[in-house]
Amino acid sequence: MTTFVQLLVNGLGKGAVYALLALGFVVIFKATEVVNFAHGSLVLVGGYLVYELKDALGWPTAAVVGVLAAALAGLLIERALLANATSADHNGLALLTIGIDVIITEEIVRRVGADIPFIGDPYDAQPIQLGAVTVFRTQAIALVVGAVLIAAFLLAFRYSSWGVAMRAQAENREAAALMGIRSSRVTATAWLVAGALAGVAVLFIATQDFSGAGLGRGTHAIALVAFPAAILGGLDSTAGAVVGGIVVGLTEALSAQYISFEFSKSAVFLVMLVVLVVRPSGLFGTKELSRV
Amino acid sequence: MRGLSVRYGRSVLALDGIDVEVPDDGVLAVLGGNGAGKSTLLRAVSGTLKLHRGAITAGEIRVDGERIDRLDPAVVVRRGVVAVPEGRQVFARMTVEENLRAGGLGARSAADRAAARRRVHDLFPVLAERAAQRAGLLSGGEQQMLAIGRALMSGPRLLLLDEPSLGLAPQMVGRIGGIIREIHAQGTVVVLVEQNATMALRVADHAAVLEVGRIALSGPADELAASDDVQRLYLGGHAESQAQAETEAAAAQAQRRGRTLSRWVG
Repeated sequence: MTTFVQLLVNGLGKGAVYALLALGFVVIFKATEVVNFAHGSLVLVGGYLVYELKDALGWPTAAVVGVLAAALAGLLIERALLANATSADHNGLALLTIGIDVIITEEIVRRVGADIPFIGDPYDAQPIQLGAVTVFRTQAIALVVGAVLIAAFLLAFRYSSWGVAMRAQAENREAAALMGIRSSRVTATAWLVAGALAGVAVLFIATQDFSGAGLGRGTHAIALVAFPAAILGGLDSTAGAVVGGIVVGLTEALSAQYISFEFSKSAVFLVMLVVLVVRPSGLFGTKELSRV
Repeated sequence: MRGLSVRYGRSVLALDGIDVEVPDDGVLAVLGGNGAGKSTLLRAVSGTLKLHRGAITAGEIRVDGERIDRLDPAVVVRRGVVAVPEGRQVFARMTVEENLRAGGLGARSAADRAAARRRVHDLFPVLAERAAQRAGLLSGGEQQMLAIGRALMSGPRLLLLDEPSLGLAPQMVGRIGGIIREIHAQGTVVVLVEQNATMALRVADHAAVLEVGRIALSGPADELAASDDVQRLYLGGHAESQAQAETEAAAAQAQRRGRTLSRWVG
């Protein structure tokens, strides 16, 4: 039982982080219909700045700078590259993001070099003992931070003018433009928000508690696990991203314990396949309907 | 609008050097059949041609002397020109209230937005009653009301309507026509693009007829309604006789239905 409680907290904590990343995928997809394969590199941009600056500025300031840097990197990619590729369709732009991802990731891996740093200094590798139950501090804090950010995001998406503009554009680009909604602004803020969420997520991913994978290819690979989270929730559903993230986090934690650690990564993709067979547009995705 | 030409891609010339003057003192109807260029005309004004891979190749569009033909659609809305697209295109997954909010995002100030909301609720009380309902669940007529209400939320000076009668029951078409007159009476200039010439000429003061990208006829609506060409091409003979024909057709249909029923019953 104690193992199960530990797994639950561990899985939910990971799930909250995956949900933050999946929300990033979803918000960009909703605003632009582009699947952003460069999300993993935004994660690394944030993490890299924290790694470089935490000794000089102190961890809290470095963390804030890292989140802002990831947000700005997202904005920059959209404004400088995607916004200018006006003649490309959505698939072309998705391919463009793969190219961006390779370039940024390789550059950061090269800069970090042989050591694979961990960046969760204030909480990493300091387990919390609650009676017989031992919980990773990183996952516990990730769960709280994730819950707060996800709630704030969903409230803003539902009630703020930004959320109304975003949903209007997601549903009907032309009608939204006719309402005076500035499409370029909606798109740019989507990338900004997605980048910021990636910057927060990396603070928990590049730790010993989360996976033992430091800042580098390992972190990048984990960030990509959020992709099945977004897909199985439904790529155009914010609620789906949250549920998908939690499903992925729990699947990973439970299968690592009860089956094998090596199997846990494939388990996530197996769950995604099963969901897609049963519900092709994901748990909460909009069914593509066309009138003939 | 002077000498306006629009192309889609490299080959399709949708509008070919047309001149249209929108008078301040009445509703203007633009008539024409399928493919005449009516919707293209509205897209050119509202700046959404690019979304359909079209572009203005010649001419200019001015509102109060200022050119608007190279502006982003969102900026055109801020200049007071708002279009209701063909097929209503309400945000079906959002509530009625959220649709109106989306329409108000182009308004200049919160006070303008509040005034516009009062006006919309006065014109369409049903939108206040159904505020929390999803727009996709409204009837066709109510969706058309929402589409017009949503467009009024930014307080436009010029309202462009693309086929508001499309797919609506005759009674609802009449109501929408009345509402268009009322919107005009409140001080908004209205351009009505329609295939339904009977309705459009009843509502409008001025009219222009588009035929394959060119203006074929234009003038006061009542003169056009009386002209032989318009009667023959768009009104199917005399305006009065059309109403008569509709009644006869309905009667004949009822009779047919009656016969079929009796055969099945008997």
